[in-house]
Amino acid sequence: MIELVSTSRCIGCDICVKICPTNVFDAGAGEAPTIARQEDCQTCFMCEAYCPADALYVAPESASSVTVDEQTLSDTGRLGQYREILGWGPGRKNNSDQDTAHLLRSLRGPFRR
Amino acid sequence: MSASPLVARGDSELKLHADVLVVGGGPAAAWAAWSAASQGASVVVVDKGFLGASGSAAASGNGVLAVPPEERERVIAERSRVGQGLVDVRWLERMLECTWQSMPLIEQWGYNFPKLDGRPVRNSYYGPEYMRVLRKQLLGMGVQILDQSPALELLLADDGSVAGARGIRRQAHTYYSVQAGAVVLATGGCAFLSKALGSNVNTGDAFLMAAEAGAELSGMEFSSQYAISSALNATVTRGVPYGWATFYDASGNDLGGIVDGRRSETFLPKALLEGPVFAKLDRATPEVRAVIEKSHFIAFLPLRKAGIDPYTQLFPVTLVLEGTVRGAGGVRIVDDDCAATIPGLYAAGDAATRELIAGAATGGGGPNAAWTISSGQWAGAGAARFAASLGPLARQRKVRGIGGVGLHKHQETRPSYDADRIIRGVQDELFPLDKNFFRTESGLTASLAKLDDLWQELSQDPRLDSVRDIERARTAAALTATARWAYRSGLRRRETRSLNRRLDYPDIDPNQRHYQVTGGLDQIWFRNEPVRGAAPLASASARALETP
Repeated sequence: MIELVSTSRCIGCDICVKICPTNVFDAGAGEAPTIARQEDCQTCFMCEAYCPADALYVAPESASSVTVDEQTLSDTGRLGQYREILGWGPGRKNNSDQDTAHLLRSLRGPFRR
Repeated sequence: MSASPLVARGDSELKLHADVLVVGGGPAAAWAAWSAASQGASVVVVDKGFLGASGSAAASGNGVLAVPPEERERVIAERSRVGQGLVDVRWLERMLECTWQSMPLIEQWGYNFPKLDGRPVRNSYYGPEYMRVLRKQLLGMGVQILDQSPALELLLADDGSVAGARGIRRQAHTYYSVQAGAVVLATGGCAFLSKALGSNVNTGDAFLMAAEAGAELSGMEFSSQYAISSALNATVTRGVPYGWATFYDASGNDLGGIVDGRRSETFLPKALLEGPVFAKLDRATPEVRAVIEKSHFIAFLPLRKAGIDPYTQLFPVTLVLEGTVRGAGGVRIVDDDCAATIPGLYAAGDAATRELIAGAATGGGGPNAAWTISSGQWAGAGAARFAASLGPLARQRKVRGIGGVGLHKHQETRPSYDADRIIRGVQDELFPLDKNFFRTESGLTASLAKLDDLWQELSQDPRLDSVRDIERARTAAALTATARWAYRSGLRRRETRSLNRRLDYPDIDPNQRHYQVTGGLDQIWFRNEPVRGAAPLASASARALETP
């Protein structure tokens, strides 16, 4: 579930508020959005994908809230990880052409003789 | 947790007109909107989330069953076999043709497909980028999109046709209504708020709204699709990487489960009913890893976040219910425009039945993605033509909201139901593998007794103090209604045909090769419809429920 809106990184654009499919955030008047309805978070990671400031962290645990440490997340490259995979953001190249799904059929399954 | 302010009524309600209203925000909604706008119709899209981030397609990546003409015979034979007698070959053929013709459009609109020998390969997509491109295209055509605006009920015109929808703008805290010449329902299927990737917006809204209008559903028994996920995440439902997994019990014993060179479909549910199951992708060679990490990056994201190396470390796995989202049931469509049985109403994507192209099996991944592209376009164009046929009359019609359960307070003093409790009650009957994956008459009957009680409870007044209350009350109704159609359909089909796995009827019965059409709210009714143009099963006596 969503666990972090980094107030030091957040630029107050409210994009996460607008795009969250399950309306988890409330816009903060001139400040960082708040996680208002964490129990509605479906752990789809879309807010991470859309955050231009890499200020959000969605923990992989979807059923329970966990404690996170922003410094650790930052040091281990976990902030903005999804955007990096997608190639979204300034200075990055969109990675949709890196999709290898068409190669799956050519792979030998482990159980086939 | 902050409480949302009370919803303003009356003058502040947003009122819009359009030729075509599309309800939903995934690819089927986007293709329907594009298609209607391409016909010159004015189009409004309303989505509970954000067209671009909503739904199971946006939150992942998908293969698309985009097949060149020379490979179609093989694909049609394969899909017909998997669909176990319920695929309509004519629909499958027209879907394959429409999808094949449509993929280059996505490229024209800005999606960058991978290249093979310098040529684009257009049969899969990265979800967030695909939906970003579709949204940009719609906005460029002047389609009006109301995000964060769940539809609550359909509007019916005095001529008996569906003429719009009413809902709530959950961030503006007001109601809205859109009066339209025709409506396309593209709200996805129903995964019962299981958190299967991206699918918590898919709560069966279309089924409830369509049934309230008197429309019909079909194939609701094919609502028992589950997908594997790491247990710590229990959200990302992508099975492909697990094709190279070994599964272990808590003592580290290899659980096997391989029958005739592939993993038995019933292996994992059976193993999970016995105890915890752990996986390791230890059969993935470096060549395999290089492919699956790029094709299914989303499956690796939660594991990377958790610091798990899936190739060398054991991690617990679970099965997450995907319900009808990767199942096959939905609103029954009766013509090539994906029209429902009520004039002015159309259905596309997972909101519509996919039995025509997937039969009794999961349409998961490629077939369903192709279905969104094609059914979306047919429904959008059909809706535009219907609206055009009304002419200026469309705006002069008197309309009224026809939603019932979960929408209205009758008196302040009446007791109100607890939507969260009802939702948990539905989930308690739908999630367990021994109730839904493996079905029996006694199990389904016991569950239906509880689901009927919950439906009865919904006749109390809803609590409507905040926008979340309003949405949640209606969601509880949609989930309960969907569960009742699903289990009654499953009970009535006394055979095992693909997703309807009946322990008490483990074989296919050739006499039940038909569609089960259903509808109704308090009183649920049924009718059989014949399958048209499908090839008969090669071996009808084949035991369908395999035992590893």
